[in-house]
Amino acid sequence: MSSTFDQVATIIAETCDIPRDTITPESHAIDDLGIDSLDFLDIAFAIDKAFGIKLPLEKWTQEVNDGKATTEQYFVLENLSARIDELVAAKGA
Amino acid sequence: MQLEYFQLIDRIVDLNVSERTITVEAQVPLQNTIFEGHFPGYPIMPGVLLIEAMAQTSGWLLIALMKFERMPFLGAVKEAKMRGFVSPGELLKIDASVVHEGSGFAITAAKVSVGGELRCNATITFRHIPFPNPDLRGHMEAMAKRIGFPQQAIAHD
Repeated sequence: MSSTFDQVATIIAETCDIPRDTITPESHAIDDLGIDSLDFLDIAFAIDKAFGIKLPLEKWTQEVNDGKATTEQYFVLENLSARIDELVAAKGA
Repeated sequence: MQLEYFQLIDRIVDLNVSERTITVEAQVPLQNTIFEGHFPGYPIMPGVLLIEAMAQTSGWLLIALMKFERMPFLGAVKEAKMRGFVSPGELLKIDASVVHEGSGFAITAAKVSVGGELRCNATITFRHIPFPNPDLRGHMEAMAKRIGFPQQAIAHD
């Protein structure tokens, strides 16, 4: 079974037409991969569907806007993958 | 259908919150200046307006699901297919359903048919936010009454 990061990277590559080999765990979805907020909705849709969760994008955006979190915490892919794992675990708890 | 005011739908025929579906009707006017240009001697409803009609239909469904607390705005249109012409005077039946409810966004599937014949369909993405001001909410509530939006679906706070 592929890792969460691998699944997320594949989703991003297919959704945004970005070469898969340019996507690394350290990639920042916005700053490095150039994904804008509208394109990220397609990614969120695919992630929600693949993992059976609902990425709390509004909450994350609010936290960033309020200075309580950085975009790196949510949009660097290894961190995004960790958040997904947490959401999947919380769903199964 | 009041094309001048960009009001593309006339009445809600069915709105099922638990099934997350809506059906509306829209009467295409027999005469309108739009048809003078689109096209001279062969008037047909512009595809962009059919897409807007599907978006407005989807929007009312989302407003109902969000208990009239948030306003959806068009984000993306995908797989829009104009399968047949729509002519002046035709009565449109527009159906929409929710494909996905995300955080701050939603995706719907919508279709327009005339007399049971599918004329166009699309998958539409919306971003939604709390009503940005009381004016817009008041306007939408007034329109909701006009088109037969179930009043119990309008939250009062």
